[in-house]
Amino acid sequence: MSRRLSPAFVLIALLVCVVVAGPLLSPYAPNAQLDIITLRSQAPSLAHPFGTDAVSRDVLSRVLDGGRVSLALAILSVSLSLVVGTLYGAISTLAGGVIDTTMRRALDIALSIPRLLVLLAVGALWGALSFPALVLLIGLTGWFATARLVTDELRALGALEFAIAARAMGVRGPRLLWRHLMPHLLPTLVITASFGVAGTIALEAGLSYLGLGIQAPQASWGTILRDGAGVAQSEWWLSLFPGLATVFAVLACNALGDALRKQFAPNHVLSVATSRAAAPTRVAGTTSSPALPSSRTVRP
Amino acid sequence: MTISATRDSTTAPDRPLLDVHALQIAFPAGHDVARAVNGISFTVARGESVCLVGESGCGKSLTALSLLRLVPPPGRIEAGSQIVFDGADILTLDDERLRDIRGQHMAMIFQEPMTALNPVLTVGDQIAEVLRVHTTLSRQETWTRTVDMLAQVGIADAGARAKQYPHELSGGMRQRVMIAMALIMSPKLVIADEPTTALDVTIQAQILELLRDLRARTGMALLLITHDLGVVAEMASRVIVMYAGRVVEEANVAELFAAPSHPYTEGLLAAIPKLGQDTERLHTIAGSVPLPTALPSGCTFRDRCPYAFERCATEEPALVQVGSAHRARCHLIEEPARRATRHAVATP
Repeated sequence: MSRRLSPAFVLIALLVCVVVAGPLLSPYAPNAQLDIITLRSQAPSLAHPFGTDAVSRDVLSRVLDGGRVSLALAILSVSLSLVVGTLYGAISTLAGGVIDTTMRRALDIALSIPRLLVLLAVGALWGALSFPALVLLIGLTGWFATARLVTDELRALGALEFAIAARAMGVRGPRLLWRHLMPHLLPTLVITASFGVAGTIALEAGLSYLGLGIQAPQASWGTILRDGAGVAQSEWWLSLFPGLATVFAVLACNALGDALRKQFAPNHVLSVATSRAAAPTRVAGTTSSPALPSSRTVRP
Repeated sequence: MTISATRDSTTAPDRPLLDVHALQIAFPAGHDVARAVNGISFTVARGESVCLVGESGCGKSLTALSLLRLVPPPGRIEAGSQIVFDGADILTLDDERLRDIRGQHMAMIFQEPMTALNPVLTVGDQIAEVLRVHTTLSRQETWTRTVDMLAQVGIADAGARAKQYPHELSGGMRQRVMIAMALIMSPKLVIADEPTTALDVTIQAQILELLRDLRARTGMALLLITHDLGVVAEMASRVIVMYAGRVVEEANVAELFAAPSHPYTEGLLAAIPKLGQDTERLHTIAGSVPLPTALPSGCTFRDRCPYAFERCATEEPALVQVGSAHRARCHLIEEPARRATRHAVATP
């Protein structure tokens, strides 16, 4: 690994360590009410570095435990969107013709619906959602951009000469996509995933804050923020520490995405193959489709 | 009964291996269609070596791709075209059988090996892929045959080279890899689309030598696409000259070089610099191939032809027999006296 990756990796490593080793580091059980009379809403001290909340729970323990939940939710739902988005893109490209066109239009429509609105509507209709239901909800509303990216990339790759050469050798559609074209998409997908995790951590914090995400008493960064919402001026530690944790995690994931992008873009082998036609950085953003060398369709 | 009878007659050994008839390839251009390939017909016999010659943009490469039904969309092979390969009608074949033919019985060598090889797969993996697609050999055997094929195309230390990626090889070696991919299934026909254009001159000679050598060993037929008449002289027994999507002349190599009938062929031959001839400027054919959307009336070459006369503007010449295996598409064949009046061609 190049040196360029190291700062981002240090951040991510720190994040993972803290969250994985959370139960060992945290002095108390996250939901334990320590002493409802004397340890209620205590400011940070040596015994409780992040203070305690209104029902005398240790905030440090809750931030560590909540981090596990927030990150797990983000990673699982982003993985789900990656799988669904990639499959959708692959099926659309393989099918070709009218099916491809229809699936692309459907994607355009899906992308035009504000995601937060859908999440709020579902939250309003179903109320409290379990953790798996949240993973499904966030994962299944987050794959449209990935699917768009995959269809566009596959379409562009399929028009390149090595794809035509593979077909000239008798390679059939699914094999062409999987063995010959997918390896080119891997860097793009890894980068998309790290930005996706960053976005989803922030999204979970927002949803839980609104009461639509993780449900009490389970801690998550969003639910701790919610606990501190009304008392931000007097009991500032309830908002500050989960807020800082969220910002740190989002920054770490974004830094990782940026580092990976720098790592892959300039000397990634693909840029050699497409440099004649493609824009300088093919591995572009997370949501916008990158500049494409051609709009020819793959007909495997 | 009748079906098997038809099949027998088409696969009979006296039938050509490849029979292209009235091939038309069109691209939509606004409300119109551009006919990039406009009704060409030719044959390649078993074991024969045929060259398709013409300038850039005359439809050579498109013709090559169409033989494997790989014309890039929105290009389309028009109704009425026919491509019969080894008894199979390529244009009506189902996908399964078409894939069977691709790479196994008819293979293609591309012009630019750097872009035609997949940068994320090792070259050995890419050659082995052809075996994986068409055979049920074991892993071990697939790899042995891959390395063996690499050695056959003249790559030293083939075992180690097979594990390298395309960017780790030189241009000449990459083209050898392409040739190995094309030949590993011992196809009956190999189409080589300008296989030496991207290479420097000494490597060009080596690659042509290799192709000639492999052809002699395997007895495959070769359809070589080139714009270089020097290559033609070395490689082919028969030449087909294309101009603006049409065949303008077809002859045996010796006859074509000795007595070209079409002014375009004449121009191409005159453009080859000759040893010992002291010329200040190289001969060129004025102008360039007209776009398929803006073809002139009558003969498509008349704007660039030093002999053009009135009839050329009004009537498109037919492909007429000149000798036993020599055909050309020019009014001069019927009116040879016109050859006396040569005029300058205005460069547009």
